Amino acid sequence: MKLDSRVPTGPLESKWERHQFEMKLVNPANKRKFKVCVVGSGLAGASAAATLAELGYEVDCLCFQDSPRRAHSIAAQGGINAAKNYQNDGDSVYRLFYDTIKGGDFRAREANVYRLAQVSENIIDQCVAQGVPFAREYGGHLDNRSFGGAQVSRTFYARGQTGQQLLLGAYSALARQIGRGTVKMYPRTEMLDLVIVDGKARGVVTRNLVTGAMGRFAADAVVLATGGYSNVFNLSTNAVGCNVTASYRAYKHGAAFANPCYTQIHPTCIPQSGDYQSKLTLMSESLRNDGRVWVPREADDKRDPREIPEDERDYYLERKYPSFGNLAPRDIASRSAKEVCDEGRGVGPGGRGVFLDFADSIQRLGESSIRERYGNLFEMYGRITGENPYQRPMRIYPAPHYTMGGLWVDYNLMSTLPGLHVLGEANFSDHGANRLGASALMQGLADGYFVIPYTIGHYLASNALPKVDTDHPEFQAAEGRACEKINRLLAVQGGRTVDSFHQELGKLCWDYCGMARNRDGLSKALELIPQLRSEFWENVKVPGSGAQFNQSLERAGRVADFLEFAELLCYDARDREESCGGHFREEHQTGEGEALRNDDDYCYAAAWEFDGVGKKPKLHKENLVFENVALAVRSYK
Amino acid sequence: MRLTLEVWRQLDAQTAGMFETYEVPDASEHMSFLELLDHLNESLVRDGQEPIAFDSDCREGICGMCSLVVNGVPHGPQRATTVCQLHMREFNDGDRIVVEPWRAGPFPVIRDLVVDRTSFDRIIEAGGYVAVNTGGAPDANAVPIGKDEADIAFQAAVCIGCGACVAACKNASAMLFVSAKVAQFAHLPQGQPERKRRVRDMVGQMDREGFGGCTNTYDCEGACPKEIPVRFIAEMNRGFLAAKITE
Ligand SMILES: Cc1cc2nc3c(=O)[nH]c(=O)nc-3n(C[C@H](O)[C@H](O)[C@H](O)COP(=O)(O)OP(=O)(O)OC[C@H]3O[C@@H](n4cnc5c(N)ncnc54)[C@H](O)[C@@H]3O)c2cc1C
Ligand code: FES
Repeated sequence: MKLDSRVPTGPLESKWERHQFEMKLVNPANKRKFKVCVVGSGLAGASAAATLAELGYEVDCLCFQDSPRRAHSIAAQGGINAAKNYQNDGDSVYRLFYDTIKGGDFRAREANVYRLAQVSENIIDQCVAQGVPFAREYGGHLDNRSFGGAQVSRTFYARGQTGQQLLLGAYSALARQIGRGTVKMYPRTEMLDLVIVDGKARGVVTRNLVTGAMGRFAADAVVLATGGYSNVFNLSTNAVGCNVTASYRAYKHGAAFANPCYTQIHPTCIPQSGDYQSKLTLMSESLRNDGRVWVPREADDKRDPREIPEDERDYYLERKYPSFGNLAPRDIASRSAKEVCDEGRGVGPGGRGVFLDFADSIQRLGESSIRERYGNLFEMYGRITGENPYQRPMRIYPAPHYTMGGLWVDYNLMSTLPGLHVLGEANFSDHGANRLGASALMQGLADGYFVIPYTIGHYLASNALPKVDTDHPEFQAAEGRACEKINRLLAVQGGRTVDSFHQELGKLCWDYCGMARNRDGLSKALELIPQLRSEFWENVKVPGSGAQFNQSLERAGRVADFLEFAELLCYDARDREESCGGHFREEHQTGEGEALRNDDDYCYAAAWEFDGVGKKPKLHKENLVFENVALAVRSYK
Repeated sequence: MRLTLEVWRQLDAQTAGMFETYEVPDASEHMSFLELLDHLNESLVRDGQEPIAFDSDCREGICGMCSLVVNGVPHGPQRATTVCQLHMREFNDGDRIVVEPWRAGPFPVIRDLVVDRTSFDRIIEAGGYVAVNTGGAPDANAVPIGKDEADIAFQAAVCIGCGACVAACKNASAMLFVSAKVAQFAHLPQGQPERKRRVRDMVGQMDREGFGGCTNTYDCEGACPKEIPVRFIAEMNRGFLAAKITE
């Protein structure tokens, strides 16, 4: 396998423009002769499908929810970054680029990140033109806030539901094309396999989740925009349906999977309350703008937080990172929370929580200002916990939230499988080892609105793509494989539910490959995962049949893939003998407990090639070349 | 908590459904309503029965996928709360709880508590957008929009498309849903050029899908988890009339 990043030569600032000029174009009259299959209708998929259809391509779009409007992107709360510099506070394309590269702990590709920062401005213009109701000032101009550890205010937001408003914008553009017949939309349709013909991705095989019927979609190019894999941890802030199936099955066909160990654990989530729990709820990071994080100074302090005097509290982020304080980046804030809880100073049931306290802000700004800023979040917290955060500090704890790793893509967003393009959270491209707040929405929309429409044209124009239809033997073979897997799942008829396996796998990944990892733990996980997988295939119980609406079967297929994928995650985490961003290896830390990178040996993206279930995949390295920024220690002190 | 659930079970749209009774002896007050169903489903599967089918995804009140009628009320008893955000502390030990799907002609049952809401998508496809292609949009601050107007547009834009408004309405009217989208764009300069066409086309599609008319009982507003006000319906009616008159 050869990793060719296809990064254009020349100065950083003009790479994309030059590349756009150098790429081949598809003649407008010919576009309708090409068909693109877009899997996923989140920000990345919906924006891509709509834009490709506007350009004249024929598009099929699939999602597993009942409507494209419900993709997981809908849940994003905080905001979307763009280098507009509307606040005149010194922002620029270069600063957004630099912050993202640094925030990613120097493990992302410079050229991609720069392009992301460049097109960020167009995204906001586009969304406003679609009628996305971003927050505004009284004068009528767009409001911004600082978010996720940025020192400039570049985040555009729509109260606490930015993802919803952006997705509804993309969905409306998609709906317009569906109405015109240029996009055919297939909701409640799950991709189960990828079809490769003559070395190129030429379609997918699906299951209709309502009827159980298998489906075949032939195309000239395939776009995966199927989101991230945080649910390998079972409990995460992701929607319960999020899964790795599409990417993983592409990986099994030879698409390299890059940096799976870069997982983001978000510091501000509501702590787990019991075993029955199905997901963890994020409390937007914006809360850290006005909330102060603390734990009692002494271990096992069970007093009501309001009765603990100032000098018996430890505002540990303010203490350890005086210049960023409560706004320290996610990986750092999460690890610090784990540390104080490991010391026995955690609060709430089980001692896995820290306080996020608004008392000072309420005193300074008044309760009504806090309500105006965070009202919906406070309500959500109240509903879930039954506590009133205006009166007593919230309790928060880190939870899996986002996955920086994903299918490896080149500058054109194409994977190592020709014709298979990967967008949004499903690819590995822009966030290195740690993603900054408000950057995922930006990346998903950049990929879908402004990158893939150009690069896919280049692919289609420069490759011979003889017509392939759905009775091609490769389609039959792929459908056969997918059916065989379904039948195997249904045939086990063991004694354990799918969810119980998912819970056990999630706990295993969290314990050994969560916020802090070490070689022994990862080796242990690599022993345990195959055992759990064998048990799954011997003892799982999937009721019902394949020829019906069957949610247990849907989940079983996803968990089966997670059970293989988890091994890949742990191999990567064990191989990377350094700490960087969301990947913290206990063996590699400074005297003060900060992450210790190893640029001499690990300044590369690890792209893994499948080599059989249960076998260690093959590692390929894309060396990261930094021509414009100097690798520095990421300090937020 | 010990609870008795009466749950609607239905194989598919063609087969008649019926209530089944289930005992849950060990619910926790911290569970969400959907976690209660997960918990019940785990025990059904262990006992060799088919689990209760219900829709959900985000489980934090924003995707609009969850859709249960609890004790006769879409999304259950708590105001401004989707059923995925409803927690069992809102109930009492020993309660008997009736769980049904959205019931409306344009939302046929797929299985148990899962319904087909693609009619909503078709209404949006008929005109619930600003017709703008990607690229070439003017600078986002080129057209200032006063905060007050922007806030009204936002209040309409928060609709999650769950369909509770339809489920709550004795006429199965979708007016609240449609008017929310119409109002979002009617209050923004970007929505003006297509204003008349949009309301006409969306209302036309709504009628074709078989949704009923509005007879001002306001049950939709009460059931809306996002508290979208019925005054948007009145606004839409005015807009619709104006569009018809100038046709
Ligand atoms: C609670 C929360 C809050 C967040 N807040 C922010 C924020 O404030 N700012 C920010 O920048 N980012 C935020 N993020 C991250 C961001 O929301 C996501 O990374 C981003 O939306 C992912 O978009 P996507 O289009 O790549 O994938 P998704 O939105 O996850 O969409 C995936 C799509 O793929 C489809 N799909 C998946 N598998 C299959 C299959 N096998 N077959 C068919 N279809 C399939 C799904 O149906 C769906 O349509 C947040 C994330 C969470 C969890
Ligand atoms: S599951 Fe998303 S709103 Fe309830």
